[in-house]
Amino acid sequence: MACYLTTGKHMSLYWSVGTVLLLLAITAPAALMFGFGGAAAARSSFTPLRWFGKTYMALIRGVPDIAFFLFFVIALDQGFEWARHQVLCPDWTDAIRQGNDFVVCAEAKLPQGNAPQWVHEVYGFFVAVLTFAIVFGAFAGNVLFGAMRAVPAAQLETAAAYGMSKRQTFWRILVPQMWVFALPGLSNLWMVLIKATPLLFLLGVEDIVYWARELGGTKNPRFTDYPHGDWRMWYFLALLVFYLAFTKVSEVVLDRVMARLTHGQATAAGEAQRKAT
Amino acid sequence: MSCTQTILDYGLRAIGYGERLLPRSDFTLCQQFTLIGSGMIWNIYFGLFALMFGFCFAVALAMGKDSPRVLLRKPSEWFIFIFRGSPLFIQFFFGYFVFLSLKPIHPMFESLSAAWLGALIVLFCNTSAYSAEIFYGALKSIPKGDTEAADAYGMSGWPRFKRIVFPTMLRLAWPAYTNEAIFLFHSTTLIFFTGFPARQQRGDALYYASYFADKTFNPFVPYPILAMYFILVTLLIIGVFGIANKRLNRHLPSQARPKLRLRPQIIR
Repeated sequence: MACYLTTGKHMSLYWSVGTVLLLLAITAPAALMFGFGGAAAARSSFTPLRWFGKTYMALIRGVPDIAFFLFFVIALDQGFEWARHQVLCPDWTDAIRQGNDFVVCAEAKLPQGNAPQWVHEVYGFFVAVLTFAIVFGAFAGNVLFGAMRAVPAAQLETAAAYGMSKRQTFWRILVPQMWVFALPGLSNLWMVLIKATPLLFLLGVEDIVYWARELGGTKNPRFTDYPHGDWRMWYFLALLVFYLAFTKVSEVVLDRVMARLTHGQATAAGEAQRKAT
Repeated sequence: MSCTQTILDYGLRAIGYGERLLPRSDFTLCQQFTLIGSGMIWNIYFGLFALMFGFCFAVALAMGKDSPRVLLRKPSEWFIFIFRGSPLFIQFFFGYFVFLSLKPIHPMFESLSAAWLGALIVLFCNTSAYSAEIFYGALKSIPKGDTEAADAYGMSGWPRFKRIVFPTMLRLAWPAYTNEAIFLFHSTTLIFFTGFPARQQRGDALYYASYFADKTFNPFVPYPILAMYFILVTLLIIGVFGIANKRLNRHLPSQARPKLRLRPQIIR
């Protein structure tokens, strides 16, 4: 049994856990950046930019996210190839969309046809991260937008009274104060992000869902590479437990962080903390 | 082929009526609209039934979690934790393979591995857990005065629950429950992308949308169509739940009524 669980393919399964963690580690800050951009755009005094920010957040929240995952992977890929096509082969005369085909010149292909396997994998992973960041950026943007509005208006008025410009007010007064208000929403979002990672499978990355299906299944009903029948159920049970443990641990950690941050704050939770001691 | 002909052919394709073969080339806009719309039948079916059955079970679960008896409380807590703590995507996979391994045991389990029943059961458990947590939160925030008044009138047991606890809980939970309903409909799109097979290409809206996107290699037509359908459904849900909200709060002065607000909760 121990020998079976350490075969080469199982090792790839364990590696793919690393892939998931890496995805989380990259996506979380990237989504936060997108969200910050979206929230700042939605507050902007320049009308088209404000519309852009609001549409971005409203549109992604109104439609099933899985549709966006499927959409962005193709759309981003084609977008990159189209942009490279415009730059690299300006004298290409054929239409890019020929009926049901999307044709760009060979130099514009991404990744290059002769690139080694790992480039393909890294590129796929990169597109996946970007997709996650765009979708979760909208949700993070919504949280941050709410948090920005929760900062007491008197603070901003005071800043204006001191003669700060809009930009200064934003960076020196609004942004430092909004995090306390944003944290509950963001920690909620983190939980959701964890639970969204299995969707990587749909984006064509060989993640844990892929390996669980691969390893648990039998090659065909009669002959099998593996010394067992259909074990996919148990592999998915293991995944289920993995995710449960992961969310539980994050919950505990985030609760601690929240307790830390509310310490001494003039909010209801901070007040409760003060009374308890 | 005219558009009405297409609608006649493919309008009920998702549940197995009409033309058997899906269009293979020269996709028209009309075909995409019709087929994706016909896939919505499944999304609405799953969403509606999971919501209806889930509602009853969720109330029971919430009461169980609030119960002073350990035998009732612990199972409810664990149920809610398991279904809220793990991704729905994995739950679908796991559920499918469990049902698949039940299949040889008894012919009774035959239809469990088909999407119309198996996926509905998983979705039902999932939405029950999420709604139960919402209801439990509402249960905890019922004003103390209400229950004290009920005690003072000598109400207990069933009448107390029916006339005081349940209506107040529902009223407090309603805005959050509306969001739960919206995201439940959104998560129905996961079904045919997990283990559950779409027999004879009878899939849901996303299934057809991705079919078109794969065939034409052009995501810019089918996915916006899908998005449009889902925005319509979302608006419909907000409308219906808004009416219910109005009725639940009809005894309050109009300023004090809580407004429905769409807040994100997203993937599970």
